[in-house]
Amino acid sequence: MSDVLTNEPAVSSAGSGAPSIGGFLEFEKPLLRIQQDVEAMEREQRDTGRDLTADIKQQRVRFKTTLKRLYSNLTPWETVQVARHAKRPLSTDYIQTVFRDFCELHGDRDFGDDRAILTGFGRIGGHRVMFVGHDKGKDIKQRMACNFGCAHPEGYRKALRKMRLAEKYGLPVVCLIDTQGAYPGIGAEERGIAFAIATNLMEMSRLRTPIVSVVIGEGGSGGALGIGVADRVAMFQHAFYSVISPEGCAAILWKTAERRKHAAEALKLTSRELLKLDLIDHVIPEPVGGAHRDPEAAASSLEKYLIGTLAELKRLGLDSLVAKRQERIRHLGSFFESPSEIRPELETRSPRRSTHRVTRLGARFTHPEIVPA
Amino acid sequence: MADEKPLDKPVEKTGVPAGLWTRCDRCEHMVYEKEVAEALYVCPECGHHRRVDARIRIQQLVDPDTFEEFAQDLRSTDPLDFKDRIPYKERLALEQEKTGETDAVVVGKAFIRGRAVILGVMNPSFIMASMGAVVGEKVTRAIERAIEDNLPLVMVTASGGARMQEGMISLVQMAKTAAALGRLDDVKGLYIVVATDPTTAGVAASFAGLGDVILAEPKAMIGFAGPRVIANTINAELPEGFQTAEFMLQHGFVDRIVARADLRREIARIIDYCGK
Repeated sequence: MSDVLTNEPAVSSAGSGAPSIGGFLEFEKPLLRIQQDVEAMEREQRDTGRDLTADIKQQRVRFKTTLKRLYSNLTPWETVQVARHAKRPLSTDYIQTVFRDFCELHGDRDFGDDRAILTGFGRIGGHRVMFVGHDKGKDIKQRMACNFGCAHPEGYRKALRKMRLAEKYGLPVVCLIDTQGAYPGIGAEERGIAFAIATNLMEMSRLRTPIVSVVIGEGGSGGALGIGVADRVAMFQHAFYSVISPEGCAAILWKTAERRKHAAEALKLTSRELLKLDLIDHVIPEPVGGAHRDPEAAASSLEKYLIGTLAELKRLGLDSLVAKRQERIRHLGSFFESPSEIRPELETRSPRRSTHRVTRLGARFTHPEIVPA
Repeated sequence: MADEKPLDKPVEKTGVPAGLWTRCDRCEHMVYEKEVAEALYVCPECGHHRRVDARIRIQQLVDPDTFEEFAQDLRSTDPLDFKDRIPYKERLALEQEKTGETDAVVVGKAFIRGRAVILGVMNPSFIMASMGAVVGEKVTRAIERAIEDNLPLVMVTASGGARMQEGMISLVQMAKTAAALGRLDDVKGLYIVVATDPTTAGVAASFAGLGDVILAEPKAMIGFAGPRVIANTINAELPEGFQTAEFMLQHGFVDRIVARADLRREIARIIDYCGK
């Protein structure tokens, strides 16, 4: 059995979220120390009556500058930890803060109602939309109910069913991605998880209504892509999107999960790298210290992006919308066309949306609406 | 071959020149390699369908000398400049030398029992036929060629999934191939999948899972998540025959299980039924 087969991450039984001490992540230890100092001073002030206001204020400023410094240059592994933070806002938070009048629609009319993907009507700005988003759950009870955001086939089928409903009534689809991956289990295989995801990829590529997908936390492999094919794909600044979890990749390629930091580095899974690789269209800025430190600011960033993007996409005719989406997907990935191309001087990246080196696409491309790049 | 070895002497499988005796991976019977080759690399004792390389598969499947390859020069750019224990560039060079192929899929035009088809065959011995940008592009070009020439498309799939060394570029190839198949479907093109051992993960969840008709070789492993990952997640043993072609047929995801020797006939029959 090939070890490449372990393409999906195992679901962490400890629940979602990265390990933290007193609410601080491993790399945030300097912040923890400052906070402890502040607390100590506050206690001292209370107990002794000494006026330490100035010192406390100074420490608070130090906290802010340290926070800013730490977050201005997160390593890929630190990004993964932030994206998995137990307090990071989830789809259910954005349903409350970004969307109004959410009207949940359950079930795939075939097997059941997968709580790992929530779907329903919602309003954002002046737009009526179909919401589709992974839910990881807030507490242990919810997390168990939605399998920590790892969807079964019925989740993907439910998503597609609601997207078709949206298509019928001309509503754009907004997908929020936040999952470790599709659920690796017996039932998922029995009910054809691979086939459900494959069908979504194909149908989303030709759905005749605008689709916007945003990775809000974890973009885990096929389970993320299953609601990720879109006219515009964006990521929150500290979200990550990867073909495999850093732990899974390390276990396979380095033969030890300990090398997850190296794997996170090598996989180029941060929003900045993926924008550079031309695999996403936009990075949504997060408040200093990550979305979990100021969920409202994160929500307003997301809202602003969605409202603007939906308006832009709605201006396109449906034929041209779908043609452009197809064209966008068609050009994903780069390769050398002939052996003579494999020369170092040619290995510089070409600019956005043309990372492929194909010049003969026109002849191959048959969609009437599509003008080859 | 004159130097046949007696049955009672165990022979190491590796390093034995072609034409000698080998041990079947499944039933462990000693089998005469030449006889196995003549049986399309199916064990004469137990019917085990061995994995075969793309070139052998093409030879088995198409009318003699009818295969015209295209897109054969596509090569990976190592877009992430990926390095694990060895650099990906080196790994690619090693695999290319080992297999004589540039990447993990071969695509072309061919005839099967006189019917013209566009054919794609994956090569399980090239980094487990994992899908990076080159596999995604070649499969997509095969689909587009099928649209252009109005020919049925036959994909013989075998893959460990997306190629980790190309990161997210590998993942989005799933979308690229699936979108192209949507365009083939739009023009009512016929797409036949022959799922062979192992058809899994990102390939199962994209072009291998989207056939109008999905055929599978007996006992081929077909599934999404790796069995080890599933066992660890649910903390239990997996049922007998889990994620096999037979399991997938029983659960409604495979149309027919077809022995290798019958593939040519079955493919031709389906093409005729669909009037292509």
